[in-house]
Amino acid sequence: MAGNVPQVNRQATAKSQRGTEESPLVKWLLVGVCGVFLAVFLLLPLVNVFAQALVKGWQVYWASLHEPDSVSAIKLTLLIAVIVVPLNTLFGVCAAWAIAKFEFRGKSLLITLIDLPFAVSPVVAGLIYIIMFGLQGYFGPWLDKHDIQIIFAVPGIALATIFVTFPFVARELIPVMQATGREQEEAALTLGASGWKTFWHVTLPSVKWGLLYGIILCNARAMGEFGAVSVVSGHVSGVTNTMPLHVEKLYNEYQGPAAFAVASLLALLALVTLGLKSLLEWKQQRDYQRAQVSAAETVAGPKSA
Amino acid sequence: MSIELKNITKQFGAVAAVNQVTFSVQEGELMALLGPSGGGKTTVLRMIAGLEVPTSGDILIRGQRVNELSVQQRNIGFVFQNYALFKNMNVFKNIAFGLKIKKWKRRDIKARVAELVSLLGLEGLEKRYAHQLSGGQRQRVAIARALAPKPSVLLLDEPFGAVDAKIRQELREWLVTLHHELSVTTIFVTHDQEEAMEVSNRIVIFSKGDLEQIGTPREVYEQPANEFVARFIGVMNVLDTEVKAGVARVGELQFGTPNQPDGARLRIGFRPYAVQVSTDVNLFPYRAVLHRTYFLGIMLRLEFELASGLVLRSRMTKEEYAQLGLEDGKEVSLQIRNYRILATEEAALPPERQSAYQPPPSIAENI
Repeated sequence: MAGNVPQVNRQATAKSQRGTEESPLVKWLLVGVCGVFLAVFLLLPLVNVFAQALVKGWQVYWASLHEPDSVSAIKLTLLIAVIVVPLNTLFGVCAAWAIAKFEFRGKSLLITLIDLPFAVSPVVAGLIYIIMFGLQGYFGPWLDKHDIQIIFAVPGIALATIFVTFPFVARELIPVMQATGREQEEAALTLGASGWKTFWHVTLPSVKWGLLYGIILCNARAMGEFGAVSVVSGHVSGVTNTMPLHVEKLYNEYQGPAAFAVASLLALLALVTLGLKSLLEWKQQRDYQRAQVSAAETVAGPKSA
Repeated sequence: MSIELKNITKQFGAVAAVNQVTFSVQEGELMALLGPSGGGKTTVLRMIAGLEVPTSGDILIRGQRVNELSVQQRNIGFVFQNYALFKNMNVFKNIAFGLKIKKWKRRDIKARVAELVSLLGLEGLEKRYAHQLSGGQRQRVAIARALAPKPSVLLLDEPFGAVDAKIRQELREWLVTLHHELSVTTIFVTHDQEEAMEVSNRIVIFSKGDLEQIGTPREVYEQPANEFVARFIGVMNVLDTEVKAGVARVGELQFGTPNQPDGARLRIGFRPYAVQVSTDVNLFPYRAVLHRTYFLGIMLRLEFELASGLVLRSRMTKEEYAQLGLEDGKEVSLQIRNYRILATEEAALPPERQSAYQPPPSIAENI
């Protein structure tokens, strides 16, 4: 009897393997399709951007980045990021805090509203601001009288970019904050810490990776946004052209290498973003696993270090 | 008087989580808030801490009304159920946190942390983070952190809930020792009646937001104020009976109940220790068969089935069991030495009418 048991088990295992696992052919076919697809549609174009940028050599590449309009576009893009990212970080932290830590009426409405920019076309986002602040818009005449320019100027670009990028930080933070719960903060309160000190010493450190991740994604989108910015910018070269708009302009003027040179900077930004994103995901994963391990040990008893 | 609660009520929406609760805790006392989950005991603890605001009623700490005082101003130490150690800080920084907030001098902080580290046996762990500690160590860090700013009261929410049975036992004994050394007023929440009995000086029993009884472990065991307490503290056989000619009857069992009218329905309860067993089938009035034996270590739990099919639970030591020569299926005779009326058909009897019940010495001996 006892001798038969292992055999039965082996049979069962063999069957279950056959049952759950497809043949190697299917596996490699699927992996192959994915690989080819990614190579043709993602990797090749990306490599091509750099190839095209350098087609006339480093000298031309360098020169096209140093051309005044390009420099101005790069500066404007950085300026927009510097304005937009901190504002959306602040908003994202507030919104995530409110949603994760409190119960209130209209909470689900707030969550839906935060997602709105993901759902709406960027062009619409741009048009909203034209309708609001453009010369024919609701506040246009008043603004014009007081000599304040929003549309076709830096403020308009910043507004449109804020609209498009505001979900990123909040979306990243909400699940992290919900998972952390209130206990650590309550512990800080019972030890005499004020709300602000609790936030600074306890809340922020426990969500730092999620927050950084959100900021990086927000930054990438803020620098790369085309549609919304295109509507409100007015395309004044050297004044209201951001990098994406400048790339389009150069390309339309048949300055291929120059267009690709600026585009290569944006592509580089994407690569850096992906790299940082992977790093942060890895760190978050590690923290999570540590938490899991320690939770398991809580039950399992002392661990010899 | 260290802590007083006067008519405390807490409403969550339409539900009263805590209902008109009044009790006080003496300076230096080690008190348990006991009850099934959802009984309101954690809410009471959180209200004392200031983490919840009572809907009505007053809370006094050392004679001072603290209703309006914020959490930060109450000078309490709170140990959370899952310890809530600051993940981003090591053991030293966790313990020092409250002192830093209170702007202690660096040197004093170091000295105070060192004192707590040695008091709680955490030497050598100062640089570790929460994830590098065992459950028991984590709990001690949490207690050290709560004690560091010298609170007037130490509050613990289910302090032994998150560790396994063996460590739980160590921690219980250790908490009693610690309390003995520091004699800081301590209140802890638990749903485990054994834990409350073992650790505390006095127990407050809650059920569904109501305070059911306050007393020493012995009082609540021997003189339960009502059916809930009687059934919640310790094991009890409970039978529904009907009175006929001054005797409450169910199956072949008969309980003398003078002053009860014919036809009254009574609920009768008795502890397992009150069931006396003999292998001489003619010695005691009721014939029964040992239905099943559960080995719980030194104590055994026995289930006897009467001729009428009623099943009674009893307890005895391994030695008694061996002496009687019992085994499953064995025929025995039983008697019930002590019992009490838990409730009439309509409602729980008022406590004063239960005074007829005399706790047998054997119960206290067997605990």
